[in-house]
Amino acid sequence: MTVTDAEVTAVLDRDGLDALVTVLRSDGRTVIGPTVRDGAIVLAELSSAAELPYGWGVELDAGRYRLVPCEDGAAFAHSAGPQSWKNCLHPQRERLWSADRAPDGEVTFTEEEAATPSYAFLGVRPCDLRAIAVQDRVLTGGRHADTGYGRRRRGALLIAAECTAPGATCFCVSAGGGPAADTGYDLALTEVVDEDGHRFFARAGSEAGRRLLDRIPHRSADLATEVTARTSVDAARDRMGRSLPPVDLRALLGESLDADRWDDVAERCLTCGNCTMVCPTCFCTTTEEVTDLTGDHSERWQRWDSCFDLDFSHLHEGPVRSSGRSRYRQWLTHKLSTWYDQFGGSGCVGCGRCITWCPAGIDITEEVAALHAEHEATSVGHETAAAAHGTERWTETER
Amino acid sequence: MTAVPVPHRVVSRSPETSDTVTLRLEPVCEALRDFVPGQFAMVHCFGRGEIPVSMSSIQATGGLAHTVRAVGAVSEGLCAARVGDVIGLRGPYGTGWELERAYGRDVLVVAGGIGLAPLRPLVLRALAEPESYGRVNVLIGARTPDDLIGRKEWEFWRSAYTGVTVDRPDVHWHGDVGVVTQLLGRARFDPAGTWAFVCGPEPMIRATARELHHRGVPRARIRVSLERNMRCATGHCGHCQLGPLLLCRDGPVVGWDQVESLLSVREL
Ligand SMILES: Cc1cc2nc3c(=O)[nH]c(=O)nc-3n(C[C@H](O)[C@H](O)[C@H](O)COP(=O)(O)OP(=O)(O)OC[C@H]3O[C@@H](n4cnc5c(N)ncnc54)[C@H](O)[C@@H]3O)c2cc1C
Ligand code: SF4
Ligand code: SF4
Repeated sequence: MTVTDAEVTAVLDRDGLDALVTVLRSDGRTVIGPTVRDGAIVLAELSSAAELPYGWGVELDAGRYRLVPCEDGAAFAHSAGPQSWKNCLHPQRERLWSADRAPDGEVTFTEEEAATPSYAFLGVRPCDLRAIAVQDRVLTGGRHADTGYGRRRRGALLIAAECTAPGATCFCVSAGGGPAADTGYDLALTEVVDEDGHRFFARAGSEAGRRLLDRIPHRSADLATEVTARTSVDAARDRMGRSLPPVDLRALLGESLDADRWDDVAERCLTCGNCTMVCPTCFCTTTEEVTDLTGDHSERWQRWDSCFDLDFSHLHEGPVRSSGRSRYRQWLTHKLSTWYDQFGGSGCVGCGRCITWCPAGIDITEEVAALHAEHEATSVGHETAAAAHGTERWTETER
Repeated sequence: MTAVPVPHRVVSRSPETSDTVTLRLEPVCEALRDFVPGQFAMVHCFGRGEIPVSMSSIQATGGLAHTVRAVGAVSEGLCAARVGDVIGLRGPYGTGWELERAYGRDVLVVAGGIGLAPLRPLVLRALAEPESYGRVNVLIGARTPDDLIGRKEWEFWRSAYTGVTVDRPDVHWHGDVGVVTQLLGRARFDPAGTWAFVCGPEPMIRATARELHHRGVPRARIRVSLERNMRCATGHCGHCQLGPLLLCRDGPVVGWDQVESLLSVREL
């Protein structure tokens, strides 16, 4: 093991990775990682590192996902799949509390205290590390903290896998991130496959990561492996499949509420909400009341919700956002603009999932580019645009 | 979301109108932190669900009370609660009216329908401290005379001016007819030195705030209380967004300067 700038590094081979999973499981951790299932690379519990998607890559495009064999046999040759780590940390359904009514009418409320799994996430992409940090901020960084999320999150160990082969829908660099794991991981792995063999350059990012490295077979990092690893991650920066326009997106979206482009995208958008389900930062939930047959036991459940759902903005007078136009605008404007106001940063990490899993092939980068073009054009012909958009605003007299 | 409701007992139930009821509540055991006027609680009706409801009375002005209009499953359940029943409350949540900021100034309260409920503790406080505030005006509007809440009370409020108007009068109505803003001409206030507090249906809020600003009340001194769907009240469910605002956290009471442009965008 070498110590450079206090960073603990090492090289593991495939046996080392096997040992890593074994050690984590023997510590009682639930190891979650990528594995091939039903024609996709999903995140599931791993019983051994052999279940990693060795030899599989993905071919991605807007509305398109296909598994393809990759010749070098790499485990982490794929990019983001249909799930993200929020499936574990911020699950689709969760009981919050239950209420019991006694025969004398007294009611007691009991907070959910489900056993919290102690997770180890293996193969967290740098975009997803950032997505986890975004959800941390949203769910535990404010005045009130989501205790269930906080419990699961505190117990989770994050083992990152840096990216050397970005997917065609990836755009993390233009979303302010990049293919390297900077912070927020316990251990970061960079996979290297060349004539010298199949191995993983490992960097510890926390005390827990250092202790973990100590317990698995590894060798000290040789310069060749380290250089190859770092260069291929660097090179990945320039190989992004897509990009957002390099402008102040927060301002652009804030100034585009009346854009015509929303009508255009609304004609294609099915308001299915797939983009919000696969997005690793989307956090919205709704609640439901579930009562048993006696009628004296009721439970409060929370489940994922989507701003594309008509009921999302329900008030008894009717939904606030009934048009597809307003719902797509809410989603995109929240991601790229109002998220800053609410939580101090962007809500998009550029993972590309929403592009890949949109049945209509709607591409967030293309929509933003179109909004930017429209904004440029309308700021030139300001007068005519204002006149044309006058109808979008409520009139003074409307009641 | 986190907090678990705290049991409260219904100690009295007073019908206000055909669809609106005021429930006075006392903690069964543990009490919630003190509410300030304008704040709300998440109110749980057993087996039905949980909804945001403003405090129409707070600990400091005579104990907790909610005034609930039956419009759907949960609010109907709450309106049907009987004395002795136990309901669950979480809170306090959200921003308050911040009446203190109007110290030494005229106070203008404009309420539409059930919108009077969250304003009630503010009016009581302002009237209880006449030396702290200038003239207190209360303008109340409702769809019909049957939709007026708090009738037994406001007739006795010792305000500078209390005006009441309805959109659709019945045969017994001898008062004003028309929108609430038309009472502004009779209220006694100095626009530049006034703080206004407005709650009611959104179109009424919009019309009132615009008219007040037109008459010279600065935007930041027009405080309005807004409503959006809310599931958690802790800033985590995403439902209560109004552009950059999370209304459970940054609202429900906001300055007109913060929301005028947001509310002018259709379906934001
Ligand atoms: C900050 C705040 C304060 C409020 N204060 C009062 C009050 O003092 N008195 C009163 O009668 N009503 C008040 N409301 C409105 C009240 O919350 C709704 O009437 C209630 O949620 C309707 O629920 P429901 O299940 O009866 O009706 P449904 O129409 O069946 O509603 C279904 C669900 O949608 C949501 N919802 C529907 N309408 C509203 C709404 N207007 N606001 C927020 N969520 C809604 C709720 O989660 C509700 O459970 C307030 C709302 C907010 C946001
Ligand atoms: S908006 Fe799309 S690209 Fe951005 S984080 Fe969400 S799923 Fe990924
Ligand atoms: S953008 Fe695509 S995934 Fe998102 S709601 Fe519309 S059709 Fe569905």
